[in-house]
Amino acid sequence: MTTLHAPVVAFPPFVSAALRPLPLHPLQFFLSAVLRRIVRQHPRMFERLGHYAGKRYGLAPSDLPFGFVLDTAPVGPGIAVVRSLPAGLDATISGPLQALLGMASGAYDGDALFFSRTIVVEGDIEAVLALRNAIDDAGVDILREGTALLGPLGRLGEALLRHQRRGDTGAGNRKRQGASSWN
Amino acid sequence: MELICPAGTPSSLRTAVDAGADAVYCGFRNETNARNFPGLNFSPEELVEGVAYAHRHGAKVLVAINTFPRAGALELWRKAVDDAVAAGADALILCDIGLMAYTAETYPDIRLHVSVQAAAANPDAIRFYVERFNAKRVVLPRVLSVPEIAAITRATTCEVEVFVFGGLCVMAEGRCSLSSYATGLSPNMNGVCSPASHVAYEEASGTVTSRLGGFTINKFGKGEPAAYPTLCKGRFKTELSTGYIFEDPVSLDAATLLPGLRDAGVKALKIEGRQRSRAYIENVVRSFREALSALEEGRTIPAGMLLSMSEGQSNTLGAYRKTWR
Repeated sequence: MTTLHAPVVAFPPFVSAALRPLPLHPLQFFLSAVLRRIVRQHPRMFERLGHYAGKRYGLAPSDLPFGFVLDTAPVGPGIAVVRSLPAGLDATISGPLQALLGMASGAYDGDALFFSRTIVVEGDIEAVLALRNAIDDAGVDILREGTALLGPLGRLGEALLRHQRRGDTGAGNRKRQGASSWN
Repeated sequence: MELICPAGTPSSLRTAVDAGADAVYCGFRNETNARNFPGLNFSPEELVEGVAYAHRHGAKVLVAINTFPRAGALELWRKAVDDAVAAGADALILCDIGLMAYTAETYPDIRLHVSVQAAAANPDAIRFYVERFNAKRVVLPRVLSVPEIAAITRATTCEVEVFVFGGLCVMAEGRCSLSSYATGLSPNMNGVCSPASHVAYEEASGTVTSRLGGFTINKFGKGEPAAYPTLCKGRFKTELSTGYIFEDPVSLDAATLLPGLRDAGVKALKIEGRQRSRAYIENVVRSFREALSALEEGRTIPAGMLLSMSEGQSNTLGAYRKTWR
C-alpha cells in the first residue's frame, strides 16, 4: 500500500467541460466489468458489509460532469453512471475524483478527508462507514483493477497516473523496538 | 518504550505490524469493545489469523474487551475473553471488575491490562487491580499531566501505558454519559460514542451542519476544518458566548513529549484510532516509530508531522501540559 501526504488535487474545470458531451455508456460498460472483477477477487468485502449490503450509494466526483450509483446488493451488485444523482439513495459521498479513488484504495484516510472538508457525506452515515471500512479492509485498488482490464495499455496508463501523484511515501517493514518478552 | 497501535480490520493489523508496531490492539465485531462501528473489527477466525501474522513478524496482539457487560448478558463478554485467549492473544484489555475476575480465575496465565475505560487515575485504584486481578499494565486516562504520571509510576509496580496520538477524550472515561443522553447508546455499554446511526450531516452553500440524535451540535463554515460529531466537541451558544464548551476539536499529539514521558517511567505509548483507515495507521505508526528512533539517538523530535490526520486539522498536548492551570 502507498499512502499519500500530498493534498488532493481536483481536475481543472476544462476537463469537466471536455467530458460533458461524451456518452456515458462506454464508461458504464467498463466500470461494470471493473466491479465484477472486484467482487470476484474480494468476496470477503461483502461479508464485512454485513446487513448494509444492499444499500445504494451515490458517488459524486465534484470535478467531473457525472456521478455513479453503486448498488451493493449481495447478489448482482451494480454500478450506474449518471448525469446527476437520483433521489432515494441511502447515502452520498462527494469530493474530487482523486479523493474518492484514493480513499477506496487506502491512499487517503476518510476521516482526514472529512476533517479537511475535502469530501462531504450525507444520508445513512452507518452505511457510509460500513462501505468505507469494508473496502479499506479488502485493499481494493480500483485503479489497478481497472487498468488490468485494458492489458499493456492499461498498465502504461496506471504507471503514468501513479507517477503523477506527488508525496508517495512507500511502505515496508519498519524497525521494531525489539521483541521484548512479557511476564 | 513500546508502540501500541490500533487496528479496526485485519488489513489494518497487517499495516500496523508492517509499519513497525510493537503491539496491535483490536476487538471483536460486537459490543464488547469500545469501537463497535459498522464494518469494523474481527471475527474469532480473523483474530486467529491476525495473531499469527503479528507473531510471525515479532509483534504482539492485545484484545480490547473494554465495555461493561449488561446484567443478564454476561455470556457475550465471557465468550469474547474465551475467544481471545483461544486465538493466542498476548494480553486482554479489560475495564469491568467482574470480567477481570472471570478472566483472572479462568485464565490465570493470560496477561491483563487495565483499559482506559476503567478510569484508573491514581495509585490506589491501580494497586487494587494489581493486587486483586494481577494486572500487569494500566492505560492511564487522558486527564493527567506528565508530573502526575511520574508520581503514579513511582507509587506503583504496574506498567503504565499512555496515549500519545489521536482522538482526545477529556471525560472520566467509562463514565461519560453525553452520548447516552443524546442517543441512548454509549461507548461504555454499547461500544459506540456518538453512534453513526444517530449522526446526520447536511451540506448547504458550503456550510456543513452536524447533528447527533436530533441535536444540532456544530456548523462548519466554508473551508473550516470539521470534527467528529460528538457532544463533547460540539459548539454551543450560552449566555456568555458561543464556542466549544467542553473541548476544541483537536487531536492529541504528544510526540514532542516523548522524552518527558520516558523519564516519567512510561512503559508503552498508545495510538488511538481503531475506527481509522489503513492510510492513517501507516502514517501515524511510521511517524511515531521514527520519533522513537530519534529519541533513542538523541535527535530532535519534529512537531506537527501529522496535522493532516488530525481532527479539526489541529493538534494539542492535552492535559500532559496543563497550561490553563
